Order: sequence, then structure tokens, then C-alpha cells
Amino acid sequence: MSLSKLLERIAQLVPVLLGVSVIAFTMMALTPGDPVQIMIGDQAITAEQEAQLRHDMGLDRPMVERFFIFLGNATHFDFGESFYHKRPVADVIAERMPATIELSLVALVVALATAIPLGVLAAIKKNSIFDRIATVGSLLGVSLPGFWFGILLLMLFAVHLHLLPVSGRIGFDSEVPNVTGFLLIDTLVAGNMKAFGDAVAHLILPAITLGLPMTAILMRVTRTSMLEVLRQDYVTFADAKGLSRRRVLFRHALKNALIPTVSVAAIETGSLLGGNMIVETVYGWPGLGRLVVESIFLRNYPLVQAAVLFYAVTYVLLNFVADLLYTVLNPRVKL
Amino acid sequence: MKDALLEVRDLRTVFETRAGRVCAVDGVSVAVRRGECLGIVGESGSGKSVTFASVMGLVKAPGRIESGTIVFDGRDLRGLSPRQMRAVRGRDMAMTMQDALTALNPALSVGEQIAEVLEAHDETLPTRGAARRAAIRKASVEMLGLVGIPSAETRLRQYPHEFSGGMRQRIMIAIALACRPKLLIADEPTTALDVTIQAQVLELISDIRKEFGMSVALITHDLGVVAEHCDRVMVMYAGQVVEEGLTAEVIGAPKHPYTQGLLASIPRPALRGEPIHPIEGQVPDLIDLEPQCRFYSRCSQRRERCLAPIEMRAIGPAHNARCILAGEEET
Repeated sequence: MSLSKLLERIAQLVPVLLGVSVIAFTMMALTPGDPVQIMIGDQAITAEQEAQLRHDMGLDRPMVERFFIFLGNATHFDFGESFYHKRPVADVIAERMPATIELSLVALVVALATAIPLGVLAAIKKNSIFDRIATVGSLLGVSLPGFWFGILLLMLFAVHLHLLPVSGRIGFDSEVPNVTGFLLIDTLVAGNMKAFGDAVAHLILPAITLGLPMTAILMRVTRTSMLEVLRQDYVTFADAKGLSRRRVLFRHALKNALIPTVSVAAIETGSLLGGNMIVETVYGWPGLGRLVVESIFLRNYPLVQAAVLFYAVTYVLLNFVADLLYTVLNPRVKL
Repeated sequence: MKDALLEVRDLRTVFETRAGRVCAVDGVSVAVRRGECLGIVGESGSGKSVTFASVMGLVKAPGRIESGTIVFDGRDLRGLSPRQMRAVRGRDMAMTMQDALTALNPALSVGEQIAEVLEAHDETLPTRGAARRAAIRKASVEMLGLVGIPSAETRLRQYPHEFSGGMRQRIMIAIALACRPKLLIADEPTTALDVTIQAQVLELISDIRKEFGMSVALITHDLGVVAEHCDRVMVMYAGQVVEEGLTAEVIGAPKHPYTQGLLASIPRPALRGEPIHPIEGQVPDLIDLEPQCRFYSRCSQRRERCLAPIEMRAIGPAHNARCILAGEEET
């Protein structure tokens, strides 16, 4: 891809981010509830103290002025201070990011690794018992609400069977030095295999809960597009060439069938960000999703605004990655 | 038949559909001799493509071969396992399809699509490593050169959409011929092409046939193509062979009313201004057919005797037709 196209893509981000900023700011500012009152709680303080607090938090200025201050600062990546952490919002978010990225990536990998083979198999064995079970299963997978399914898994595997931990990313006895923030990597860097195993055990249930709806959707997409591709002349022609069944299915059919799967996967990865809020809350996962949920309840304006902007950027980037993958799978597409 | 490369006897291929059993190929016998070009003519739905898909072992569910024998180069193909059949396909018999645009995989480079056939079948290649890759590359470039693709070396990296329609057709032919098969089944090789390119592609197939000493089964609905390129011709209608013989005999003196109708429906420059005569009506539904002559409803010369089953009859030493009138004096 040419440099000018890349710059064009980056330029497209500007109006998106501007729009998202306006929405994020106004939604938060118009939400009932006063951050100052929430922070005070039932502590007895004087009116002067309250006014001082409001001034410190910058909430004594008119809304429009506050918006432009926010926007101006955001242009050089200053998102203000979190009301609660009393630290820059960017730092707080950066601290929580690795946990969320790690969980999302594992969920994505699990989803792709199960959905694609299952989808292909269902397509090859169309109308077989396996296909029917997979189709019904995927319908269930899409329909199960994450918070309910997550709690169900917790009850079974953690509470009753004691096979897996209940919450958190790692046990207290397995702490390792923080290098990357990704525990799967940090534990390996520390050479602590027991801690690595512990981190994996903590990941299993959240990753399944987060990845299940995605697995279900991707399986259906893969099955449908595989069925479509298997009817194409080029598959018949590949058969006529006497190629092995494996080569016909995976090299000729699957490479084409994956094109819709990739685009849906990109959109669905974006929705993992939303799913994270629920799953992280259910499993006490110390990531960005839970931070945002807490911050919304506390009317922690700066943090929520920054997080929404961050989600928007991630979404745009994911679509960009999907476009790049397209060109790999489909040589007719040029960026 | 003597010196037959392919001999098919009483082939029946059926498709189980919701509406009923469709007998797409009903008792077809056909032979292709070594080195000859056999034309197979008929309207869409006459069973010509399914006959040869059956020969290639490419009939997909819900279709299946119900009965018949297919002997190719001395081997009974119906007795082969899928693996053995894959070894025959692409190596000893190859196929080209109607439209190269859909037959070539859009996501794979042309080089890869040629190389994989050699990879699968060519036992003369070095077994591994750089030598093998180089040999495959050399053979691919040779094949593309043979079918007339200029600067083949650089074009191996390109994808099908980067070629013109005629070039794509040539590439498909190169792929089919990569292992120098004994039989090429060319299914409507020119239907998707411009008229000027059609002649070039047919010339190419003819030239290579002579060079390789290969047999060709040319499936087409264009009798002009048959007249020019085929030694013998077989006319199919509604899943049956209705007439077969030397091209000159069948086209010069067609005996079956259907063949006569096909010839009459070709527009000719010499008869400009005269109306052309299409065959009225349509190919019958192939579900639950009556035993009568299948062309009965469209035949201009039908009589009561045609309501009984009609067998193929010999009219000349190498000329057969499935019609009670064939060989009789016109009345």
C-alpha cells in the first residue's frame, strides 16, 4: 500500500474522533448525577469546601468551555486527571490495557481456532448430524447472554468443581515482576511455569465467555461462505486436476471462504470491547472494561471520555487491519 | 471398438432431487479413439457435460452413476478408489471448463495453479528442494509458452484477473495439459469468448492435439466448430445419444430429425434474408420420462410408431441414429 493511502486512512480518523469526542463528552455531561456529590458521599463538608472541590475538578466552568478545554488537551494526548485515581487518565488506562488486550486476544484466538474448523466441517458434512448440532449450538451461542453464561460457568467449574479460579488474573501466591503487563508473557519471562499455568487457568472461563458469541457467529459465516465456495467452478476445476482433497478444501476453497469471515471477525473484535465490560465485571478481571463500568457509575468524566475515544480508535484500526488482510486473501482488492 | 482410449458403455447417471429422479445420462455409450477429436453436440440439458463429468469421476451429490462401465486406457475407472481416481485425473485425462474466469481460482497466482498439477502428478521431477522448485518453474514457463502467453516468466506471479479473457482460456488449457494427458475433455471451450478469440483457442487445441498425439472430447453446441475440428461427432438429446458418426456423414446427411433441426437453425450468410428455423418447443423434463422417443413432442415427422422405445440403429458402417425413419427412404 502506498504512503499516500496510509496518510489518507489516518486523515479519515480525524472527523471520526471529532464526532466521537462530541458524543462522548455530551453524553457524559448530560447524564444525571453530579460527580462532586458522588465523591462527597455522606461526608459532612462545608459549602466552601464543595465549591473548592468543584473548582479543582474543573466543573465550575460552563459545559461548552469544558468541552473545548478537553478537546484542546486531547490533541496532545492529555486527557486530564481521573477524579478518583488523582493521576493522569492516560496512565490509569495504560495500566489496565494489557489485561484487556490479553483477554481479548485469547478470546479471539480461541474463537477463530474453533469457529473456522467447525464451520468448514459443517459445510463439508452439510445436513449431517454434526452439521445440525453445530448449527443449533451456534444459535445457542449467539443467544446466551454473557453475564448469565459467565455466572453459570463460574458456578460449575469454580464453585462446585473447584477446577478453575473464581476471579482475577492470577493467584496472590504467583505474583511475577511486571515487564509487559501481559501475564502470559511476564510469567514466562520470569521462568515461573507454575505462575504461567495459574494465569492460563484464570483466563479460561473469561476467554470462553467472551469468545463464545463470536465463535458462534464466525462458525455460521464460515459454513455459509464455504458452502458457497464449494459450488464454484474453480473447486470443480481443482478436483479435475486430481489434487488431494486437503489441497482442494484448504488451499482452493478455504482461502476464498475466509474473506467474509475476516470482515465479520474484525467487526466482532470491536464488539469484544463492549463484551469485555460484562465479562470483566463477572470475573473480577482488572481490565479496562471494568474500569469503564466503575467510572460510569462514579461519573468519572475524564476517564470515560478518554476510554470512549480509545475504543473508537481501536475500532477504526481493527477495520484497517481487516482491509489489509483482505488484500492478502483476495488479490483483486487493492488498497 | 478397436484402438479406443475411452470406452463408455450404457452409462446411467441420475440425480435424486426433491421433484424426483432426474436421469441426466440414460444409457449412453461412447468411445474416443486414440488421437481423434470427438465432438459432442446438444442443447443445454442434453447430458453432454454430465456424461463427461461421470467419466472424470466428478459427479457430486445428489448425483451418482447408477450403472454402466467406463474403461479408460485399459482400466475400469468405476472400480478405482477415490485416491486412484485422483491419480488419473489431471495426469491421464484432463478437463477444461466453459469459462476460465470462474474455473481459475481468483485467490491463487497463475504460477501456483499450474505448479500444483505438476506437484501432484509429475513423477519425473526431482523429489525435493530447490531443484524440484526450479524444475516445476521451468515446466510451468514452458507450458505457458506453449499456449502462447508472452513473457511467461514474469506472468507466473500474476492472478487470473490480471489477464484478458482469451489469455485466461489459454492458461486454463495450459493447466489441463501440464501433465500431457492422453485425453482432454474440452467443455464448451469457446462459448465464453469473443468470436475472434474462439478461432485462436480452437486452433491452439487442435495444434496441441496433433503435437501430443492426444485425444480430445470437444463438448459444444456449435456445429460449425464440430465441422471444422472434429473427426467424429455424437449428438445428444435429453440424456441419450441420438446420432453418431463421421463428421462429414452426420453433418452432410443428418438422419435424426433433431440433428436436421440443429443444422437448420444455424444462421448462414448464404441464406441471408431467409428465415432461420429454430426447433420449436423445449427439451423435455427429465423426470419420469415415457419410454417413447424423447424428441417426439418436437419432431416434425413424428408418427405413431415413435411412441414405442426407440433403439440406436446402424445406417452406415460408422453411422448410427436413434430414429425409426433413419435409413428408410423418405416417405
